Parts: sequence; structure tokens; C-alpha cells
Amino acid sequence: MTMIDVKNLKKSYGKFEVLKDISVEIKEKEVVCVIGASGSGKSTFLRCLNRLEEITAGQVIIDGQDITAKEANINKIRQEVGMVFQQFNLFPHKTVLENIILAPMKTRGTAKAEATKNAMELLEKVGLKEKADSYPGELSGGQKQRVAIARALAMNPKVMLFDEPTSALDPEMVGDVLEVMKQLAQEGMTMVVVTHEMGFAREVSDRVLFIDEGVIAEQNVPGELFSNPRNKRTQAFLSKVL
Amino acid sequence: MNALPYLLEGLKVTIYIFVIAIILGFIIGLIMALLRLSPIRALNWIAKIFIDAIRGTPILVQLFFFYFGLNSLEFISFDRTTAGIITVAINAGAYFAEIIRAGIQSMDKGQTEAARSLGLTSAQNMRYIILPQAFRRMLPTFTNQAIISLKDTSLLSVIGIADLTQQGQIAIAATFKAFEIWLVVGIMYFLLIYLLSLLSNFLERRFELR
Repeated sequence: MTMIDVKNLKKSYGKFEVLKDISVEIKEKEVVCVIGASGSGKSTFLRCLNRLEEITAGQVIIDGQDITAKEANINKIRQEVGMVFQQFNLFPHKTVLENIILAPMKTRGTAKAEATKNAMELLEKVGLKEKADSYPGELSGGQKQRVAIARALAMNPKVMLFDEPTSALDPEMVGDVLEVMKQLAQEGMTMVVVTHEMGFAREVSDRVLFIDEGVIAEQNVPGELFSNPRNKRTQAFLSKVL
Repeated sequence: MNALPYLLEGLKVTIYIFVIAIILGFIIGLIMALLRLSPIRALNWIAKIFIDAIRGTPILVQLFFFYFGLNSLEFISFDRTTAGIITVAINAGAYFAEIIRAGIQSMDKGQTEAARSLGLTSAQNMRYIILPQAFRRMLPTFTNQAIISLKDTSLLSVIGIADLTQQGQIAIAATFKAFEIWLVVGIMYFLLIYLLSLLSNFLERRFELR
């Protein structure tokens, strides 16, 4: 079943065309990594999937709902699409627990007791149960990112988007975050991950998209794409990062 | 000193007017800041005209306008205190609006993106994420404006409101002790403002930035 269907997606800032006609289908439970040089448009592509960026032309259909349609209720759709940011973007004035329970309570009217129970389970899953009452300022980068993942999961989303989730982390923190993401992938979450972690892409993803100059220059299963890239630009990029 | 009861009476009026005006001013400021940031053009303009008109004219002229000007129209009648409170409130409101707008705009965009990506509406984002953080940052500037507004209330004596300044003049007329009485009036204002800064420091610690 198709979970995300992107049709002829275009995105321009003024005259500058960041994304030029991107079409891709992502199946339920599929894990797709998006790689590419900085400025290639890969983050913009991801942000179009929950309309943090308004789309210039084309269509994005998530689980059968056209999110770009005029009558689409974007708040409702975003509840189903979790997002994890490079800079974590935790709410610094709220405790870890409050960060996690806020959205379920305010958007779905979940009772506090139930939201808290669910949040504690998620914190256990990301290995941070004992940090429930801490403030984000008291956590390390890796811990913040795991809380951010738990916060997104608390909405029980159908899709998870990751925007360079480990790029702002100290090297020794990266492993813990990738471990949580790997576990999530194994549980069957549909994931789109913009990343520079080629090891993660190779090991965990079902498919890798290489975006260059606003188009998908090449896509393949990771084994093929990494060991046998066909496109010259993919070859050039991989020779620099591997 | 038999002038003291006069001054204490005036102090009460000053505090009363200040407290009401500053609360009203804050509400006006918040509304104007939100209008100013609204995506709807017409609302933007209303807020912009209000803010520019108030900031661009002297408070004494505004006071005369609200008290003498509006009262000269047949269908409006403000008593002194009402006109005084409105003047100070609207004046504070215009400055609060700019403080709040700047505070909201200084927030990291990532906060809004995280809130919206979770499905919160833009109003929920304002209420639960942006404003609580922005207000904490604005506290020192709020205090500054509150102190200015408190001092502005002394201008209300010119339309005959029996505030601390006005009562000082009355006490002098009765006792002829200008030096002592203005000194005491000054000390009373100073203590009020000192209390205000203590309150602000307390709030800053209470809502410590994390």
C-alpha cells in the first residue's frame, strides 16, 4: 500500500527553483533515506511532506489524503505525520514529560493520565524514563533528540520524517539516536530520513534517494546505490562522503 | 506632619489608577501585537495606525484630547479618573504592543515548526509555546514600561485628579512647606518604583529561563 505519494512536486523561492518536478511513491513500512549535498533540496523535499514548506506545484498524498488540497485540514494531517528536527526544537519551558503530553492532550483531547502513561512508555522505549521531570536544558544533545522522537511518536503517527536528526550531535551521541530509529524501522514505521549517516542508510533503509539540484538523480536499494552508483553525480557525491 | 494624610490619600489614588491602567494597557498591547502580526492586512494597519498615533503624540495632548476634547462632544462624558486611566492605559498599550511584537518575533522559528508539526493550531502554538517563553524574555522591558507609566500618572494632576502629585500641591497650599513636601512626594514615588522592580526580579526568578 502506498503511504506517501509525491506527484510532480515543485518548490520555488521567488525565481529560484529548489525542487524541480519530484515524483516518488513510498510504501507503508518502507524506510527511505534521502541523501545529497547541502543545498540540493533534500530538506526542502522533506518539509514539503507535512507542508512546513508550501508547495509551488504538484501534489503530496499521504495515506490517501491530498495534503495540498484547498479543503485539506493541515492540522489534522500533521497529527499523523511526525517530524524530528536537526535542532531538536524541544519546548524549553516545559519538562520532558510535558513536551510529550502537550500535543496529544491539546489536539486529541487525550486525558492527562492516559497521555502520561503513554509518554512514560515512550520514554522507556528511548531509554530516558528517569528524565521525565527534567527540563530540556538539562539534557545532552542525544537525549534531547530521543525525547523529540518520543514526542513525535506520542501522536501515534503513520509516518515519521527525520530532518538530519544526528547532524547537530556530538559523535558519541549519534549511536543512541540511530539505535532508536533502527528499532522504530524494525517495528514497521514508515520513515523518510534525510541524513548524512551513510552507514545508517546502508544498514537500515529499504531504498535510498539521491537528490541533486532539485531532482532525484538516482534511487535504488542501498546495496546497489552505494556499491554500484550509475549516475556520475551520485558517484562524485559518494566518493566525497564515503 | 499634618500634610501626611493628604499625601497618603494621593498615593492611594496613584496606585489605583496605575494598577488598572497597566492591566488594561497590557491587554491592549497584547491585542495590538497579535493584530500587528496577523496575516490579515487590514488588521495590521489598524494596529500600525494605533501604535504610530499614540507613540507620535505627547501624552499630555492625549490626556487633553480624551478629557477636554471628547467631553466637548455631546454624546460622551468621561469623568477625570476615567479619562486619566484611558490615557495611561492606551499609552502603555502602544509601547507594550511593540515590546510584545518584538518578543514574539525574536523566538526561534523551530519552536513554531515543532508545535505545528505536531498538529497544534497557530493559536495553540501562540498560547502554549510562544507567548509563555516570549513573556519571560520581555519581563525586564515590561518592568521598564510599567515604571514609565507609573511616572506618567503624575501628569494626571493637571486635569485635577487627586493623585500623589496633586495632593502634594494641595498640602503645600495648606502648609507652605514646598521643600519638605516635594521631597516626601519624591520618596513615595521612588519607593513605589522600587517595589515594582523587586516584584519584577521576583517574577524573573520565579519563571527562570531554562
